[in-house]
Amino acid sequence: MPGSLAKDAVKGPPLPPDAGDFGGGGPGGRGTSRRASLTGMVVLLAAITMMFAALTSAYVVRRGMSNDWNALPLPHVLFANTAVLVASSAALELARRRLKSGRRGEFNRYWTAGTVLGMLFLLGQAYAWHELKEAGIFVATNPSSSFFYVFTAAHGIHLLGGVVALIWVSVQALRLQLGPGKRTVVEVSALYWHFLDGLWVYLMVLFLFWG
Amino acid sequence: MSSPEVHSAHHAPTSFIGKYVFSKDHKVIGIQYYFLALFSVLLGMTLSLLMRFHMVHPDMKVGWFEKLWPTAAAGGIMTPELYLSLMTMHGTIMVFFVLTTAPQSGFGNYFLPIQIGAEDMAFPTLNMLSFWTTFLALVVMVAAFFVQGGAPLSGWTAYPPLSGVGRISGPGEGMGQTLWIISIAIFCGASLMGAINFIATTLDLRAKGMSLMRMPLTCWTWFVTAILGLFGFAVLLAAGILLLLDRTAGTSFFIPAGLVVSDQILNHKGGSPLLWQHLFWFFGHPEVYIAILPGMGVTSQLLSTFSRKPIFGYRAMIYAILAIGFLGFLVWGHHMFMSGMSPYSAFAFSVLTMTIGVPSAIKTFNWIGTLWGGKIRFTTAMMFALGFVSLFVTGGLSGIFLGQPSLDLYFHDTYFVVGHFHMIMGVAAIFGMFAGTYYWFPKMFGRMMNETIGKIHFYLTFLGVYAIFTPMHFLGIAGNPRRYADFTNFEFMNSLMPVHTFMTHAAYFTAAVQLLFLFNLFWSLKKGAKATDNPWESTTLEWTIPSPPPFDNFGGHHPVVYHGAYEYSVPGAAKDYVMQTDPAAVSH
Repeated sequence: MPGSLAKDAVKGPPLPPDAGDFGGGGPGGRGTSRRASLTGMVVLLAAITMMFAALTSAYVVRRGMSNDWNALPLPHVLFANTAVLVASSAALELARRRLKSGRRGEFNRYWTAGTVLGMLFLLGQAYAWHELKEAGIFVATNPSSSFFYVFTAAHGIHLLGGVVALIWVSVQALRLQLGPGKRTVVEVSALYWHFLDGLWVYLMVLFLFWG
Repeated sequence: MSSPEVHSAHHAPTSFIGKYVFSKDHKVIGIQYYFLALFSVLLGMTLSLLMRFHMVHPDMKVGWFEKLWPTAAAGGIMTPELYLSLMTMHGTIMVFFVLTTAPQSGFGNYFLPIQIGAEDMAFPTLNMLSFWTTFLALVVMVAAFFVQGGAPLSGWTAYPPLSGVGRISGPGEGMGQTLWIISIAIFCGASLMGAINFIATTLDLRAKGMSLMRMPLTCWTWFVTAILGLFGFAVLLAAGILLLLDRTAGTSFFIPAGLVVSDQILNHKGGSPLLWQHLFWFFGHPEVYIAILPGMGVTSQLLSTFSRKPIFGYRAMIYAILAIGFLGFLVWGHHMFMSGMSPYSAFAFSVLTMTIGVPSAIKTFNWIGTLWGGKIRFTTAMMFALGFVSLFVTGGLSGIFLGQPSLDLYFHDTYFVVGHFHMIMGVAAIFGMFAGTYYWFPKMFGRMMNETIGKIHFYLTFLGVYAIFTPMHFLGIAGNPRRYADFTNFEFMNSLMPVHTFMTHAAYFTAAVQLLFLFNLFWSLKKGAKATDNPWESTTLEWTIPSPPPFDNFGGHHPVVYHGAYEYSVPGAAKDYVMQTDPAAVSH
């Protein structure tokens, strides 16, 4: 029937848009780009979650499938690495809050600390791999080791990307080009980092209890 | 990632490279994707013609086969392995580089920002990267033809162990398969980048007044399709990495112990080919909705425009799109009914599969409701939209048969399946792309396509595709197996060969008809009649701007939206359509 769309037609002269979501009040403006960047990051994190969910599902199924599962002896350095990563996340979070309140000097210190700890984590992961190789455990040794290498490599590669972002922010900060107004890139990087931190803790739990 | 407001502060790029090659303009990127898909569809179609030829002339010597494939077509006769590799690449190229690309990344990139009133996508640089990553994926995929052993032959579904044990399992399974996996992995990355852009743009960049419930249905389908792609391709990437490791690092994610291939005992331990199937089809089913949803959006848009009526049941259409998207993640097992699964699991998947029929039927009835009582304008775009509805019904109906495990017992791996997915993907989705082309060509290129040639293209293609794919259903019922290079060894197939011959001739005919389209497309680019801003008298935002649009879409203005997307034949309005941005209020 013609003209049956009554609900959205507007009466009278142009009025502000009706109640409800109208895309944030219009295009352009810092608010929109900030929100878009955060949305984009959340969407990226959703995809990464799905990928690790698929790997987890494969892991759990494989473990339950046959009786050739040799639980992997977790290198002890992994526990230290976990602490380092959590510490780096904490440092970044402290940095982020300092930036918000304009304490740029402190921001620089905490952010750099977080970045360095992040790089230390990656080194620690490399060392864990080294320990496994010394013990004769490689990617094809047994199913458990295959998954361990895949999980840690996938996580590590994502974290490496995160480190690049952290370094970029650090450089901007040291060049004094990162004020509270440029908060978005800090927020987005920190969010990414916290997610990977959480993901690592989850992976440790998986290895410990489902290994 | 560059932010939107920075984009508008820049001037349009001036160098050739900046304007046409490494462009960050969503319009250019959309056209780049479109032509990438066009190249891919011609390549995929050529492969299918080679396949159809071989099926009816398996023993005919063809001189240039031998020139192209000295080993695989020695003596000018295609080996079964060559046939299977052509089949693999046909499916792969069509599904990934045509059906996932043109409707979403092609038209979506071009028109999503404009239809919601934005100057560009949320992340223009990422957008550019996503195109060139897709391009790289295509290069790697095509490279598989040229390496030693040639292209892989494990099907677009790449089931292990065949795809997982390496060169030992046959020609094409060496470097060819590895390149295939790498190409798909690259494609997953590109899709992810695109999905981020589509979702962020839809959620955050809508113009003032463009509420979600005023968005054109095209935008809704692009949005939901992006979410499907986001989750689906992430899982495919995981699966692809595991398969690559099985092939190159000696792991055994998918390869069971004790396999003997080509007289050699393989050194793998206890993996599961079924695991690949689950992971692949968890992606694979949402993938087919990725292929069809944008076509549904375009169809809704066109049926409304060319009936001069609002879309019937706009809200229901949105809920149906959401339902199809959501349910699409729950039905992957219907591709695995014959894999040995428990009948209870099969039952669950079957019921869920039939549930998807509900929102699909709602959409179909709403399309009919839109047409009902309308003043129909039979433009070529409209014809293809109508054709979409027809083919969606035909293709969808055979899906209901296949969704019954008891029937799939018989139909699995027969031509019934081939007929089903070609109807729905190979034809309905393609018709959606044709419809979008004829509809949006004036806006993209500032010229009209020729309507007469367009109509001939439509009628002959419509006839042709029904001629090619309808008989496949009957062949399937008669027991014709799929993925066989030839049937000359089977006596029961003798009586079916004339049907194959008919389908092959129909395929040649339909392929030839596409030359009309290609001619129309390229000729109109230069010589078509100049298009006005709104040649179709359509209501959505892209028709408020010049054809083709300026660099920043709205010429520096920020559009304000006052109406929904389908205000046609509104009582009391001056014309039989009210633009979304028309402030002159029309009351109800």
